[in-house]
Amino acid sequence: MPTMTYLQAISDAMREEMRADERVFLMGEDIGVFGGAFKVTDGFIDEFGAKRVMDTPLAESAIVGCAIGAAVEGLRPIAEMQFSDFVSCGFDQLVNVAGKTYYRMGLSVNITVRLPSGGGFSGGPYHSQNPEAWFMHAPGLKIVAPSTAEDAKGLLISAVRDPNPVLFMEHKHLYRRIKGDVPEGTYETPFTARIAREGTDLTVIAYGAMVHTALEATADLDGASVEVLDLRSLVPLDEEAILRSVRKTSKVVIIDEANQTCAAGAQVAAIIAEKGWEDLDGPVLRVATPDVPIPFSPPLEQAVLPQVDDVREACRELLEY
Amino acid sequence: MATETAASPLPDVSQHLTTDDRSGLLRAMLTMRGIEERAMTLYRQGKVPGSFYDGFGQEAVSAGATWAMAAEDRLCILHRDLAAHIIRGVEPWRIFAQYMGRADGITRGRDGNVHFGDRTKGCVGMVSMLPDMMLIATGMAMAFKLRGEQRCALTWFGDGSTSRGDFHEAMNWAGVQKLPVIFVLENNQYAYSTPVDQQFAVNPIERAAAYGFPGVSVDGNDPEAMFEATRVARERAISGGGPTLIEAVTMRMHGHAAHDDMKYVPTEKVEEWRRKDPIERQEKRLEALGVDTTAIREEVKALIEQSVERALQSPMPDGNTVTDGLFADEPSLLEDGNAPWSGFKGA
Repeated sequence: MPTMTYLQAISDAMREEMRADERVFLMGEDIGVFGGAFKVTDGFIDEFGAKRVMDTPLAESAIVGCAIGAAVEGLRPIAEMQFSDFVSCGFDQLVNVAGKTYYRMGLSVNITVRLPSGGGFSGGPYHSQNPEAWFMHAPGLKIVAPSTAEDAKGLLISAVRDPNPVLFMEHKHLYRRIKGDVPEGTYETPFTARIAREGTDLTVIAYGAMVHTALEATADLDGASVEVLDLRSLVPLDEEAILRSVRKTSKVVIIDEANQTCAAGAQVAAIIAEKGWEDLDGPVLRVATPDVPIPFSPPLEQAVLPQVDDVREACRELLEY
Repeated sequence: MATETAASPLPDVSQHLTTDDRSGLLRAMLTMRGIEERAMTLYRQGKVPGSFYDGFGQEAVSAGATWAMAAEDRLCILHRDLAAHIIRGVEPWRIFAQYMGRADGITRGRDGNVHFGDRTKGCVGMVSMLPDMMLIATGMAMAFKLRGEQRCALTWFGDGSTSRGDFHEAMNWAGVQKLPVIFVLENNQYAYSTPVDQQFAVNPIERAAAYGFPGVSVDGNDPEAMFEATRVARERAISGGGPTLIEAVTMRMHGHAAHDDMKYVPTEKVEEWRRKDPIERQEKRLEALGVDTTAIREEVKALIEQSVERALQSPMPDGNTVTDGLFADEPSLLEDGNAPWSGFKGA
């Protein structure tokens, strides 16, 4: 099995799907000759041509809207937002058209929108956001957020094949930092949670880059046995996996790299409060980015994004409860 | 201003229409008006929830344009374009059921009034954020071009829509890619209460050239002029010539919705446009050709009464189903609609 970076696994997923299915094509800004701002589509135009690797004008609403139009005609577009932050300009088409069309008219919208997201490298307020919760609140959109190379490939292939609109949150800080074994060919990863590490004393729930923060923070935590649950999918949210882990450990820390109010982790905490209350042995703790824009300067950015030490501190506090 | 009196370069009477086509256009417009008038009564009787929007006086815009569209073409339809649904083959009783929020409405009660599109007829229903559908039509055209198909997408939008960014994004992308798409700007003089001279400084038809494709102003109260302009635009689109912007110059004869008394519109203006009624004009044309238009009127009237009765029998949707069908298990895509124009017969 080849070893790939998270970024290479995303490229591999698209390459394999485009080879296997001529309905699949790409659209986005600077994805053609330039190969994308992060080089995810490097070389694609040579293999698939400009028709299937479509450079678009700087117009996110058009990218999403035209992807929807192509999808209802039977194509399977993968649209790239150059940075997830820019999805705000395509928000209306996603929320009001893509998300509601099947419910209203029985017309399915098979689009995948790739959202390079997250901070940690001085991207500043407009190149570091984690906008997934905006869309969790909008009915009709599926949202996945892989943390490993293997899941990045499998979840992206599943997203492309899913007849519904799927937002694929790919964390920029994992692109070249994370490597792993990735199966060859095409395979689908289900939109369910995954146990990243088994444990019995406490559960840390996270997704995307924060899974790695959770694993690092709890690899050696005073001998405690810490389970790390990688959500992988935010819509649908794997309620059963969450509650199963709560039943096992009775203590939960939830991490969000997104701003804390109404973040994905807030919904996880609400599910546990409603359905896992009697399994708890302590308050549900959250470690999240405070409700401020993501600042540019390294000490400021580190001060807001959840760090390994923040997670260790929360876990220790709860273990001692 | 200039947009009120369209100087159409097109012939008054299209040479591509048979008498049957002309009668079909009249039938579609009469059906639209009949359904909307009857639905307004149902609204006043409390049988139509929410509000009610109609296209009284604008029937020619959707009837004429849709008549030029082939079965495999696609339409994104606006709320004053009921004739488009009718021509594509949506049965009037289902339209009444739609208005009344019944289980047999096109959206099964999930969306209201003219917010619907029958996917099995190649139609996509509008959303309230205008003109979002310009981009959907542009995307469909992109699919046709990608697959090398000789097909075309058409969408309608109003004068107010030309102020929003999606108008620009769609016009620009369609122009850059020379996509087979027809943009029909339905200029009915008012966006809710805002007149066109407060909406734009320059008529948007003049913007078409800036995006690299032609713009043509048409008498939107003449179904045959609308047909002819659309036919030409479609020919251009499917032969690789790219998009066309058609301005259908018309007038919104009723308020924005049922609650709107239109006090902001001068009475003389309404009177002036009443004399240009598209249905009366098409009737005169047909009478000159010896067609019995009274028979068509009677036929439509009977259809509407049967349709109302049938729609009233349709059950209200079951509240227990409200969370069903948010996500699709299988793809469910657009299919071809009716295309009654004689020019497609035997094609």
